[in-house]
Amino acid sequence: MAAPTAGLAGGAAGWVRALIGRLKTGDAAAHTAAAMFAAIIPVATVLLVTELWNRSALARHKFGFSFFTGQVWDPIAGQFGALPFIYGTVITSLVALLIAVPLGLGAAIFLAEMAPPRISDALTFVIELLAAVPSVIFGLLGIFVLVPFMREVAQPFLMKTLGYLPLFSGPNYGVGVLTASVVLAIMLLPFIVSISREALLAVPRDQREAALAVGSTRWEAVSKVVVPYARLGIISSVFLALARALGETMAVTMVIGNNPKISASLLAPGYSIASVIANEFTEATDDLHLSALIELGLVLFLLTIVFNGLARLMVLATTRRGTAHP
Amino acid sequence: MIWRKLVNFVMLGVTALCTLLTVSVLFFILGYLLFHGGRALSWDFFTKLPTPVGESGGGMANAIVGTGKLLLITVLIGVPIGFLGGVYLSEFGGKTFPFFVRYMTDLLNGVPSIVIGIFAYALVVMPMKHFSALAGGVALSIMVIPITIRSTEQFLRAVPDSLREGALALGASQWKTIATVVIPAGMRGILTGTILGVARVAGETAPLLFTAFSNRYWSPGLNQPTASLPVMVYTYAVAPYEDWHRQAWAAGLVLLALMLAANIAARVVISPKGAPSA
Amino acid sequence: MRTSLLALCLIALVASASGQTMLNGAGATFPYPIYSKWFDEFHKLHPDVQINYQAIGSGGGIRQLEAGTVDFGASDQPMNDEQLKKQKTAVLHFPTVAGAVVPTYNVTGVARDLNFTPEALAGIFLGQVKNWNAPEIAKANPGVKLPSAEIVVVHRSDGSGTTFIWTDFLSKTSPEWKSAVGSGTSVNWPAGLGAKGNEGVAGLVKQTPNSLGYVELIYAIQNDMAYGRVRNAAGKFIKADLSSVTAAAAAAKVPDDFRVSITNAEGKDAYPIASFTWLLIPDKIDDAKKKEAIVEMLKWALGPGQKMTAALHYAALPSNVVSKELKAISKIQ
Repeated sequence: MAAPTAGLAGGAAGWVRALIGRLKTGDAAAHTAAAMFAAIIPVATVLLVTELWNRSALARHKFGFSFFTGQVWDPIAGQFGALPFIYGTVITSLVALLIAVPLGLGAAIFLAEMAPPRISDALTFVIELLAAVPSVIFGLLGIFVLVPFMREVAQPFLMKTLGYLPLFSGPNYGVGVLTASVVLAIMLLPFIVSISREALLAVPRDQREAALAVGSTRWEAVSKVVVPYARLGIISSVFLALARALGETMAVTMVIGNNPKISASLLAPGYSIASVIANEFTEATDDLHLSALIELGLVLFLLTIVFNGLARLMVLATTRRGTAHP
Repeated sequence: MIWRKLVNFVMLGVTALCTLLTVSVLFFILGYLLFHGGRALSWDFFTKLPTPVGESGGGMANAIVGTGKLLLITVLIGVPIGFLGGVYLSEFGGKTFPFFVRYMTDLLNGVPSIVIGIFAYALVVMPMKHFSALAGGVALSIMVIPITIRSTEQFLRAVPDSLREGALALGASQWKTIATVVIPAGMRGILTGTILGVARVAGETAPLLFTAFSNRYWSPGLNQPTASLPVMVYTYAVAPYEDWHRQAWAAGLVLLALMLAANIAARVVISPKGAPSA
Repeated sequence: MRTSLLALCLIALVASASGQTMLNGAGATFPYPIYSKWFDEFHKLHPDVQINYQAIGSGGGIRQLEAGTVDFGASDQPMNDEQLKKQKTAVLHFPTVAGAVVPTYNVTGVARDLNFTPEALAGIFLGQVKNWNAPEIAKANPGVKLPSAEIVVVHRSDGSGTTFIWTDFLSKTSPEWKSAVGSGTSVNWPAGLGAKGNEGVAGLVKQTPNSLGYVELIYAIQNDMAYGRVRNAAGKFIKADLSSVTAAAAAAKVPDDFRVSITNAEGKDAYPIASFTWLLIPDKIDDAKKKEAIVEMLKWALGPGQKMTAALHYAALPSNVVSKELKAISKIQ
């Protein structure tokens, strides 16, 4: 009876001695400590998702799928439909991309293919500084510079030339979906330029040289060979920009008009998911209201995950193809 | 042939125009803020508290200090977590756990700031039963962690293995190698990334709206709501008072100046060879 | 050197100011100008008390009071029974001032006061009366050249007591409004742009030509904005000012819990869109210092504070209401 216990004790003592030995060198301690800090991130993320899930339960159970199709957001009547906000978020992001992608891609092509390297680096640095400008400052300039401009110059012009389209019909407020899209587009430009430029620079030299060797012009080489080769990187930049645009709060809230109605016209005011959360969160007196707002937050979270994930997949695909991508 | 050359020439012009437009936006923003904000800047702005609604004068001293306090909390909480997490990912770790951590970091990085605000409200404000600088600091910390962890890992990985092997060959333990050789070698890049990360969260408004809230007065300690520059810009910009508009421009200028200073310092002075990836 | 500096910073960070009593309140933007003036003056008289009031809308005040994140709330809509049930302890309503909600507008070419009938206002906010020169508006304003431009309607995007006062009036005077939209702090607006707070609405109206919004009187005055006359129950077009609001308040029958609406008041000189605004105080306050500060503040607001209201165009409370309230303060434990 004594012998096995003595053997166990001996084994345990040996194990402890070895552990203390390792701890003395500090490696295991350092490893564990660092691992614990690293573990905070998955813990925090899981906690975030569970909080969002739990606190939106009330609204989820009450509305189910009709939350996404309902058009009425009426806190008094207890009716919460998310469609106007999903529409507002999606349409402003899409129109913003429509403006920013051609502009950004054009700038990226110029910087990667046409400009001398020193100028290219300097200009890229300046463009990347634009990414450092806080959202609320874009909102500030949006209110005092862009809104009057849209109201006095740009939108009347659109109404005169394209006013027969339902897209540009309706009263001209200045604030609205189009203005919010323009502000968003400006905010997305640095990301599209920066990432597309890197994707273009990563295209191997021999591709360009082969195209030039068979007699194509600079532009033909770029448009027919280089850009298609880098398309995955460029598309990933678009998805990343889209993910950012979806979550953009302050600049959009300040110029979108804050009206939860779906309208065919881009000149009409709208409402985005992030804006309604920012406006109504501190005052949702009713538990259902708060829960509905949190469910909106969950929706936004899922949308951004999807597009970020797609962007990452594209990056993975490019690396696998052999095109080096940082 | 002429047609193709013409197209080439025109497209060169078009792409150059795109670049010019994009670059000029930053200068436009800077110029506008300098003009309007510069006029409103005064000694009062930096030293006085806000006046009652509708009365002109006063300043944003409490907001400036408030932003400083929030950033201090971020640096004390968020940066160490990100830094040590980056150390773990670069120097230790096997297959599954680091993959998990990296995936979650990417996830957290993409979360919209307003959703982080909701999270911080549920995590800190509700149990504490009031808005506080701490809650705002926690929200900003959560946002700075993915940025810090990524840049730390990136710059530690860039340290050549020969340095590590040399130290180990001399008999140093692993943690000593990391602490005395690897980290100092990567310090420049890590510092750059950290400064850029903190600068980025300094301008965030949305997560502060329901965590740090705002305050007319000085807020001592961590437990009280605090004013902050971005929130003041927002509050004053949407209001009708001309005086508030002027102050919003001034605050915007101060904020932008801080952002640009941090970015330029980080990229030009500390890490001339290239910035960490966004 | 560096470590001691860091230590100093940390100490300053963590140590709360000794002896300072900090009260946090949140709620209506309707009385924000007078409250911010009051709390500023009160702080000058009692330097050890700081009352931080954030105007986030009446809905916000009620919600944050319920969540316990503020010490007191403020609202222009008295809490209904359902909201009261949700609070942890009974909440006492203390009217502080009476104010007016005015239709403010920015119409190119029209600088004078326009007359608005309740039907016109309901029609505009229902989106049925679309242009400035529509008959509903023109009839009440003979001789005024109104443009044919479309009316840009501006309302609140946040939960607002001011909205409650406005929609309460419209519900009382327009059966169509009552059935289509109803009254509350946050309604399903048929038309228009949303802005945050009284300041936001004023800001948007000021910047948008041909717009019409509703704001508390002082916001229109402080920003030099035109505001119109509204026809009251007696049939007269009344402009909001101290005397017309006081007349509306005087006609009120104030119950013991002080929850009453004075829109569309009787009296030929009463302004029809007037309201009390309330401070929401929990009847049990654990922190003795905070309780003392709140009680002192209430007594001061009902005393010397009432003399400051006129300068900001709020009407002081009728004296019988004040004496009732002073008695009710003793209910705060």
